[in-house]
Amino acid sequence: MAIAEKTAVGVTVFDLQFAFVQRQRRSHVARTSYLCWSLLTFLLAFSTQSAEMPLNMTQGVTEISQQVYDLHMKIFYICCAIGIAVFGVMFWSIIHHRKSKGVEPAQFHESTKVELLWTAFPVVILIIMAIPATQTLIAMEDTSEADVSILITGSQWKWHYKYMDHKVEYFSLLATPRQQIDNKLSKGENYLLEVDRPLVIPTGKKVRFLVTSDDVIHSWWVPAFAVKKDANPGFINEAWTRVDHPGIYRGQCAELCGKDHGFMPVVVVAKEPADFEQWIAQESATQAAAKEAELKLLAMNMSKDELMALGEKTYMGYCAACHQPNGMGIPGVFPALKGSKMALEDLPAHIDIVLNGKTGTSMQAFDKQLTLSEIAAVVTYERNAWDNNTGDLVQAADIAKAQSK
Amino acid sequence: MSTVTTDPHAHAEHEHHGPAKGLKRWLYTTNHKDIGTLYLLFSLLMFFIGGAMAMVIRAELFQPGLQIVEPNFFNQMTTVHGLIMVFGAVMPAFTGLANWLIPMMIGAPDMALPRMNNWSFWILPFAFSILLASLFMEGGGPSFGWTFYAPLSTTYSNDSTALFVFSVHIMGISSIMGAINVIVTIMNLRAPGMTYMKMPLFVWTWFITAYLLIAVMPVLAGVVTMVLTDKYFGTSFFDAAGGGDPVLFQHIFWFFGHPEVYIMILPAFGIISSIVPTFSRKPLFGYASMVYATSSIALLSFLVWAHHMFTTGMPVAAELFFMYCTMLIAVPTGVKVFNWVATMWRGAMTFEVPMMFSLAFIVLFTIGGFSGLMLAITPADFQYHDTYFVVAHFHYVLVTGAIFSIMAAAYYWLPKWTGHMYDETLGQWHFWCSLISVNVLFFPMHFVGLAGMPRRIPDYALQFADFNALISIGGFAFGLSQLLFVWLVVKCIKGGEKATDQVWEGAEGLEWTIASPAPYHSFTTPPEIK
Ligand code: HEC
Ligand SMILES: [Cu+2]
Repeated sequence: MAIAEKTAVGVTVFDLQFAFVQRQRRSHVARTSYLCWSLLTFLLAFSTQSAEMPLNMTQGVTEISQQVYDLHMKIFYICCAIGIAVFGVMFWSIIHHRKSKGVEPAQFHESTKVELLWTAFPVVILIIMAIPATQTLIAMEDTSEADVSILITGSQWKWHYKYMDHKVEYFSLLATPRQQIDNKLSKGENYLLEVDRPLVIPTGKKVRFLVTSDDVIHSWWVPAFAVKKDANPGFINEAWTRVDHPGIYRGQCAELCGKDHGFMPVVVVAKEPADFEQWIAQESATQAAAKEAELKLLAMNMSKDELMALGEKTYMGYCAACHQPNGMGIPGVFPALKGSKMALEDLPAHIDIVLNGKTGTSMQAFDKQLTLSEIAAVVTYERNAWDNNTGDLVQAADIAKAQSK
Repeated sequence: MSTVTTDPHAHAEHEHHGPAKGLKRWLYTTNHKDIGTLYLLFSLLMFFIGGAMAMVIRAELFQPGLQIVEPNFFNQMTTVHGLIMVFGAVMPAFTGLANWLIPMMIGAPDMALPRMNNWSFWILPFAFSILLASLFMEGGGPSFGWTFYAPLSTTYSNDSTALFVFSVHIMGISSIMGAINVIVTIMNLRAPGMTYMKMPLFVWTWFITAYLLIAVMPVLAGVVTMVLTDKYFGTSFFDAAGGGDPVLFQHIFWFFGHPEVYIMILPAFGIISSIVPTFSRKPLFGYASMVYATSSIALLSFLVWAHHMFTTGMPVAAELFFMYCTMLIAVPTGVKVFNWVATMWRGAMTFEVPMMFSLAFIVLFTIGGFSGLMLAITPADFQYHDTYFVVAHFHYVLVTGAIFSIMAAAYYWLPKWTGHMYDETLGQWHFWCSLISVNVLFFPMHFVGLAGMPRRIPDYALQFADFNALISIGGFAFGLSQLLFVWLVVKCIKGGEKATDQVWEGAEGLEWTIASPAPYHSFTTPPEIK
């Protein structure tokens, strides 16, 4: 991250509950028009032990997500109606036309009229269904005239957000502690759906997302916006949303992207435009200041303890997913750093691979992801942890030198 | 028959010679019944291996948190489970049924190309040994999903990819040879008088399926080869940095993949169309429209592949085209379901195990069809895509669809194959246990998916916990229920009430005119078709 301190996101007042309240308020409106659905939810609510999990698609918090929900319900009702009719006839036969009742089987085996009828009838239903679907789809794909544009880049296994009209960009990583995943700590409310730095967007504005990837295909999904777009390496996809209500909205990567695909959530915070303006101004100031502070750091040397402490933290956050906390890697997939030739001997190569990654492998460039001192620290850490004991200390200035080469 | 001879003595000997003894019989056999049996047993074995992997998946997902396996291994399990079930269980089971039944149904003495038939089976064990062995490599086996999207399967995979590609090639060759054999047999070996429009629907659906196979298996071979060359030989088909496009992979893969799902369901339609009339004691309703519906499904299946790719960022016009074509498939599929129901209408039904599986098929496959129709609605698909809703959908069409039809077929023709009636009580137990557990397993997945749980994840948010526990319990129960089937089959082979030639009161068709068990060589002289 290109800043020293991570600004806390000042919206803890809203949490998931808020989104739920929204959902319920809307579903109240819907209920009046969907009598049968209320009956169904009623029945289902009693047939399940899970109180928290919604049993239906979310209506979301945007006009589009509401339209998508309506389409979903419409096609669902059509299916139910057809199902009841067809299975009704079938079960009628099963009950009444059984041999044990002593019936004689009829011998008819075709009827052009009936067959034409049940070919034509579904066509009509499908046309009725296709019209609203087409309208919604065209609206969803119209990304023109956006107020805010954000470049979203997926990589194994984190999201990077860059505001196109401001000097603000940062990575967003899973915030759930490893111990919770390993069942050593009890799991928090937003287990696996929490990040260190959420994406922040203004409410009431058309926000355009430009989605791409640095490595494999990911998919950026926020159910409350009905936005799911694949992040394809080398190509940019577009999507948009306009969120009416402030709140925190959670989603996940939806395309299998390797080992930690299940561990790259998306969290979006929607703020009133004024709050958003304030946030982004403060954020660009902090990021600019951090860049300056970084330059000053070049003149300073960190002690071994400082380097190792920062290095361990950075390693656990950015490297351990692949190289494993104990530095042993996963044989055949991710190399071990413990006892690796590069970590023990070739220092320039070590710095180079961390800065620039290695193309054609999942070892990514950390140049833009980490600060100079973090890179210096993590290299120091790798050269001294797990009995690597080279005694090498690497300082931010060494990294800056390698960078400028 | 492999030889034609005019020597009367040799001829007589030929008619009476039975199978060779021991292992050689199975290794060298060119007999369609032996090869059919081999295919069926092989697919049963694969069903259990793939099933064991599903059990690992469900055990890990029983509770939130990582308990049993690492994410990397979890991904290998989802990948290989899918590959084994599609290519190892469902497809060979249908080929086995084709081998056993097509010659007997059209009054032919054997498949047209018996030596190729032997070969197409015997390369399969090698293909799957290679695939399974790759799991023991350094870094494990393929972990990029059975859909092996690039660049996860190219740049970012380990060397098991090479083995994966090789084994898929062998599976493809086997399928193509099987398909050629089916087509040549049907076109050339029908008994005199057996016109196309008199063929049983199982033969018809397989005939169409075989054309689908020949059309798309080479596409699969092409795409795995492109993966191989991208990974090892410096090409950039799917790498933007070299001028390629990762989405191109998906277009090619699904151009194979969508017809592939019909390859796995058309023969099922044929099976259900054989069983429902028998136990309704009434001819199939709308035979001709069944044939036309199957053909139009097959044709449409080439025009809908991109409905698997709505979120990849296609032009609106393309999205609309694929949405409309996909919705259209509901029409011929509906015709089939309506025809089956009309066949039952005013029949005189009985409910032996094959009929029970067929009835379950009609209801549950239709539910899978409904969720398919929902998935076709592009805007809604943006929400469903890559969630458990999709997992629910394709397990309804493949497990309660394809696999239930295979079960129905096994029960229906088992007396003809073994000469013994199966144990009806045990069969009903198997059916009811399967029916209940399969729905506990797959039905809640619809809700979990709608609530937003992505597929292919080894761990999940807490709200999904209760449903996942329930799903896992259903999974274990379904897995255990299948042991009843093995027990039943073993019992039936060993003995049981002697089956009559016709076996089922309402059964019609050439296979019911010959003895039970079917003699090693049947229809050495063509039967007369009225
Ligand atoms: C997404 C997985 C992934 C992450 C995250 C990752 N690496 Fe790597 N790393 C790799 C792979 C794969 C290689 C092997 C590249 C090759 O084929 O040479 C590698 C190689 C290396 C090597 C060279 C090892 C040798 O002996 O050749 C070093 C050093 C290294 N990584 C350091 C780091 C550091 C430091 C971080 C965190 C800032 C990190 N890696 C994060 C996947 C990863
Ligand atoms: Cu991802």
